[in-house]
Formats: sequence, C-alpha cells, structure tokens
Amino acid sequence: MICDVCKKKKATVHLTEIVDGKMAEMHICEDCAKERSVQMEQQFGLADLLAGLSDFGKQIKTEEKSKLQCPNCALGYEDFRKFGRLGCSECYNAFRAHLSSLLKKIHGSGQHLGKKPIGRPAPLPAAPSLKAAAVKTTVVKEEGLQELKTKLQHAVLSENFEQAAILRDKIRILEKKEKEKQL
Amino acid sequence: MKIDDLITHTGEWLKGAGPQSHIVMSSRIRLARNVEKIPFPARANKKDLAEIVRIAKAAFDSSEYFKNAMLLKINELDALDQQFFIERHLMSHDHAATSEGRAILISKEEILSIMINEEDHLRIQVMQSGFDLRETWKIINMIDDILSAKIPYAYDANWGYLTACPTNTGTGIRGSVMLHLPALVMTKQINKVLEAIAKLSFTSRGFYGEGTQATGNFFQISNQVSLGHSEEDILQNINGLVRQIVEQEEQARQALLVQNRSVLEDKISRSYGILKSAHIISSQETVDLLSMVRLGIDVGVIKHVSKQTVNELFIMIQPAHLQKIEGKKLDPLERDVKRASVIREKLKA
Repeated sequence: MICDVCKKKKATVHLTEIVDGKMAEMHICEDCAKERSVQMEQQFGLADLLAGLSDFGKQIKTEEKSKLQCPNCALGYEDFRKFGRLGCSECYNAFRAHLSSLLKKIHGSGQHLGKKPIGRPAPLPAAPSLKAAAVKTTVVKEEGLQELKTKLQHAVLSENFEQAAILRDKIRILEKKEKEKQL
Repeated sequence: MKIDDLITHTGEWLKGAGPQSHIVMSSRIRLARNVEKIPFPARANKKDLAEIVRIAKAAFDSSEYFKNAMLLKINELDALDQQFFIERHLMSHDHAATSEGRAILISKEEILSIMINEEDHLRIQVMQSGFDLRETWKIINMIDDILSAKIPYAYDANWGYLTACPTNTGTGIRGSVMLHLPALVMTKQINKVLEAIAKLSFTSRGFYGEGTQATGNFFQISNQVSLGHSEEDILQNINGLVRQIVEQEEQARQALLVQNRSVLEDKISRSYGILKSAHIISSQETVDLLSMVRLGIDVGVIKHVSKQTVNELFIMIQPAHLQKIEGKKLDPLERDVKRASVIREKLKA
C-alpha cells in the first residue's frame, strides 16, 4: 500500500478519523506521519477505541448536525460555525464532540491545566440519560439507542474512554434486546 | 468618586516605575469569566443582562476590596465619558458601542477595571506600570478568587473557564506587555522581531488598542493560547519573549549611541523643541515626537523631564481627554490648539 499523502513511500501507519460525522481511513508513511504528529496524537486513541465499535461513523449525518442545537440557549451548531461565538456555557456540552477537535486545533491541547474556581468541587461528568430507553414503547426505545450512540460519539471524541466503554456495553445490550424482540 | 476626579490625575500604570520601565510601559492581564447557564452577552436578552449586572454588583458589595471602586452603567455615560474611558485603556470600543445592559467597575487608582457584559459576562483587567506580570497576576488572581466565591462561574473540568469565543476557553487569560521599541524601529530590525513573535504564537498590536496601527513605536505583546497550560506557564512564556525583546532594544539603543550619536541627539532635541514650542499639533505628530523624547530620557539626552510626564501625555493628548480638560466640545482644529497648549504646560512644569 502506498502513502495517501506523498504517494511515494510505503504506508505503514493506518489511521481512522471522523470527518463531518463520516469515518475515513488513511494510510500514510512514517515520514508523513511524523509531520502530522500533532493530529496523530489525538487520533491514535480514537482509532484504538473505534476498532471495538460497529457502524460508528454513520451516526451524526450532515442533516442531523445542522439540527444540532443547544438545549439551554437554542443556538444552532450551524450558527456557531457562522459566527464563531458560543451562546452560553451549555453550548459546550451540546457541541462537545465538535468543539473538542476545534479547541485542540486552536490551542494545541484539549485539557485545562489552570486554576479552578474556589469553593466549588469539580463538577462530575454528565451522566448518560437512560430515561428514554427505560420507557416501554418501541419508538422511544429507538430514540434511546440513538441518544446513547450520540453520547458515545461525544464521549469518544472528548476522549472520555471510561464513559465510552460503559456506553458501548449499554448499546450492545440494548441492540441485543431489540434483536431478540424482532425474532 | 466621580468621573471628573479622574482628569486631574492619570492611572497608576503610567507612573513610569517598575522593572524595565525604560522600555516596558505597562503589564496587563485580563481574565474572561462567565456565569453558568445564562446566555453570553451577545445572545442575552435585557433580563439576562440585568441579572448579570445584579450578580456582579452583589459580589462587589460583599467584599471590602471593591469599596472605593465605581460601578457605572455604560448607557448612563455620555459619548465623551465613554471615549474618555476607552482612551484610558479601561474599556473597549465594543463595550461602548453596545451600551444597553453594559456596565464597568473601575478602581480608584485604575489598576483594576471589570467590564460587565462585554463579549463575556466579566472581563477582569489589572494593569501595572513596568514589566511585572508576576505582581499583576498576584492581584488579578486574588480578585478572581474573591469573585469566584460569590459568582457561579461557567467552568468545565476538561475545558476550564467557558467563554463566548473558543479562542479564550481554558484559563481565559490574556497577558499583555506594552513595549516601547524606537531603536528597533529606527534600525529597521522591528520586522524581524514581529515575525518571530508571530511564529511563537504571540500577537502584537499598537498602543491605542486592538486593530490600531502601532504608533509612537509602541508594541503590545500578548499570548494567543489559553488552554492546555497553567496561567503561570503562559505568563512565564510571555516573560521569556519580552526579556529577549528588551535585550535587543537595549542593544539597538547602544548601537545608535555609538554609531550615530549626533544624529540621534539631534532628532531627540528637535522633537523636544517642537513639543515645547508648537501652538498647533496633530495627535499623530505628537505621538511620534513624544516617542523620541521618551527615548531621549533613557539615553540621557533629555534630563529635566520624567518618564511619567511623557507617559501621561500619551494619554492626555487624545480627543476626549482634551475636551474633558477644556470642559467643552472641541472641533479638530481647536483640539490641535488645545493639545499643543496642554503639552507646553506639562513640559514647562
């Protein structure tokens, strides 16, 4: 296999990345890989985890992305892209997956290392909402599955691997139940 | 404290003291902070904006620290007062432009100013004379701690302080050092320096704020990255860069003195002469000449003028200041006349 970037050398590094919600594979040589080392650092972790997941890249379609909206201030993701300003603190949660890569691009890092507000404990990561999945109608259940998948993608992109693993298992259980029902 | 009390003196940061003050005019740090859940100012309605002002005021009232500061509503200030604060580096153009629901807190010595409902709910700024980001950080960090005990800041464990623009996310910090670099400009080395600054992910801009041309040979160096490093590390990086630039400016000044002493002395003395005797003078000419006088003080050509006098003149010769001093509106020609008289008066004293 020949390198996708320089088209000359042998590709020895194989990357999986998500661009606009679609998964793309890349095969590049070591030299080109070094050049992209910053991006690579971010993506190796993802590739490893993605290997354990099925039909992953299909989840956020462009159409759904344009509907992505902050539940608190109603700013749409598309508006954020146009104006470059977020609407409120909750936008960061609503657009977490997309912001994760953007912040890394801007700052070269995605982890705050500075001070914390005093007198407040560090907030716990938002727990996945399983309410929808627990309700016993088929329609709502599908939403629950979809919701979990979106949350999974968010968790992966923000490199919250522990939560991602929990979500992945929950998805598997839910999918299994669905299949059993259909049979 | 009233606004007009400020005309009789200028900010503490202009006193021309502090480390490296022959080259470094001032050190400034700002922190961007927001209240969780309430929409950022650009998307907030009247009620939201009022709520932020209320939250901020309650926090100020709860601490002795803000006792002598004044809290002003921007839409209650006339255009001249707004411009006056902009000229004093206490507030931004944008803050004045969208005055509805906006406010500002200014401390007595003008070391601290807090813009409320600018791009973020709070923009806390501390300024010090000379090259002293460490002291500046100590002050602003303490103020931030006082406020954070009272205000539910928007904060995320991964991303730190959440801001309206993702370029400020994380620490929300911007450290800036204002440098006076006439010798690097005269020896045509400044472009090399500015290129190096850009390569290192720092930005530079002029004395009179964002988007302005560098006039009077002033250059402001700031960090761009705010996430992924501690505040101390970010400031340490600026310190390292500034130290190198200061060294280069010192070398360039020495080189000018050794190689072109009489040319330099002539230029400085003529500048001083014009400022002392002109009766009509534009702000651009003033700033260029003041820059030479400031250099003249450091290299010993001008002996009876203090750095503080020159620093203050950079602020006082601006339109709103001249009109405040005169106590009435002035057209451009009247301003040029008033400017010349203010300068003559100040240099005589």
